[in-house]
Amino acid sequence: MDLAPLFISLKTALLATAITFFFGLYAARYVMQLERYQGIIDGLFTLPLVLPPTVVGFFLLVVLGKNSIVGKFLLQFDISIVFSWEATVIASTVVAFPLMYRTSRGAFEQIDYNLISAARTLGMSEEKIFWRIVLPLSWSGIAAGTILAFARALGEFGATIMLAGNIPGKTQTMATAIYSAVQAGDRDTAYVWAGVIIVISFVIMILMNYWSNAQKKVNSAGQGK
Amino acid sequence: MSIYVDIKKALGSFSLHVQFEAKNEIMGLLGASGCGKSMTLKCIAGIVNPDSGRIVINEHVVFDSAKKINVIPQQRRTGYLFQNYALFPHMTVAENIAVGIRRPEGEKKAFVEEKMAAFYLTGLENRYPGQISGGQQQRVALARIFASQPEIIMLDEPFSALDSHLKWQIELETMKVLEKYQGTILLVSHSRDEVYRLCERAAVIAEGHIDGISAKRDLFDAPQTLAASKLTGCKNHSRAEKIDAHTLRAIDWNCFLSSALPVPDDIKYVGIRAHYLALTTSTEKSNRMDCEVVRVIEDTFNMMLIVRPLGSTGRGSEIIWQIEKAGWQAFYSGQEKLCLRLPEDKLLLLR
Repeated sequence: MDLAPLFISLKTALLATAITFFFGLYAARYVMQLERYQGIIDGLFTLPLVLPPTVVGFFLLVVLGKNSIVGKFLLQFDISIVFSWEATVIASTVVAFPLMYRTSRGAFEQIDYNLISAARTLGMSEEKIFWRIVLPLSWSGIAAGTILAFARALGEFGATIMLAGNIPGKTQTMATAIYSAVQAGDRDTAYVWAGVIIVISFVIMILMNYWSNAQKKVNSAGQGK
Repeated sequence: MSIYVDIKKALGSFSLHVQFEAKNEIMGLLGASGCGKSMTLKCIAGIVNPDSGRIVINEHVVFDSAKKINVIPQQRRTGYLFQNYALFPHMTVAENIAVGIRRPEGEKKAFVEEKMAAFYLTGLENRYPGQISGGQQQRVALARIFASQPEIIMLDEPFSALDSHLKWQIELETMKVLEKYQGTILLVSHSRDEVYRLCERAAVIAEGHIDGISAKRDLFDAPQTLAASKLTGCKNHSRAEKIDAHTLRAIDWNCFLSSALPVPDDIKYVGIRAHYLALTTSTEKSNRMDCEVVRVIEDTFNMMLIVRPLGSTGRGSEIIWQIEKAGWQAFYSGQEKLCLRLPEDKLLLLR
């Protein structure tokens, strides 16, 4: 049996998670300090979570396709995004981003604001406050967001098939492989990939619960409750 | 060392407008919760921006809306003791104290040790805030503030998070530490006792504005306004109007009272502290109030009699008479009506 979909899926999900990790954190920090238009920007960032993935894929196609400004520009360097492996990463990143952004923002907002104010009056720079106070205190939320983003990226289907297609050995992930297998009447292959996805997702969730309990213990030791 | 504050800030239906000055002293900001005391401190620290006004700390203008000056909190060098101390829970005691030190890396350790010793914290270096007592937490927060060498110290309800049996001891310890500080200290509190014990002067803040600043003795002996009178613990107030130079009519109490002090033209309220009322007989001519007993409440060391002047109605007219528990039966033996005297020299004439 061809294991390519497993490796493509894992590679895609890992890279997409890594990218969305930084963008999500940055976006959360950015939106929190906004004084105006916070609601609009937040809505924009969360949109990929609520839109049908096919709509996200369609817009990505419009923005990155060969006839778009970006697509034409990239063509000059002989780069074509559509139907490439990179396209699977882009699709997964965009769809997973809101989960990372929202969970880390939630974690940031749970921090006692007095701690931030105290750090400011003590002369800590905003940069230092973020790295030494905000991040360590919201670590469990950030970890949860990362894991959710990974799980979402791993299972991405709609946007991927729109932007990257379903090319075996190149852009075919486990999720799209199941689709192909069912279309071809190959139930056995579909069962295998479905089983693999279920096992991986389940292990991830167990790890996350274990991790967040461990984090709770650390936190409660710190707060003496 | 001094501070000058004159700021305005609107927050929905609430508006804050305070103006005061303080020198090398402990100045109290006394007010009920939600009156804007903490907001004032936050504006001084730069955590919250006022809409307009001017803040000067030790001749250094940190905020001036007219000149568009707004120094960031990091550069204002204000020492802010938060109500919950705001210790960083993921850092040890020593790390917490080191956070605000503005010195070269090499000198930090020795400086932390010095502050730990000064605040009786030696030995707790590697503990986390959650592993030490409330009093120790407060000392860590103070040590952290002193280590950052602030230009002014602001204490926001410093003792409200403590159990009452600890409060007294911690207050004493805190005072010992604060006495060494050469500079301005602002103490925000809703407790008249705290302000009386710790401060030299106090400003009363009511509904977002300052209701008078005075030396604490004047504030407590002769509050000028209803808000000040209430905050200093006076329980009995009635609307009042002037009759002549030394006579007024207490509207809610339904009686005429003569006052030792001249009655101001713009008098609005009259007050009398619960323990200054005295029992008298129906033959007494001046400042006598005939009342009926509504309730008797037993307090820790006192008996509280809630009485209502005859001929008055409603809750606003009720008066609390406080008598020491020892031998209180000599004053009161269950009768439903009694006559009270309001001493002329104990009336608070309020605007």
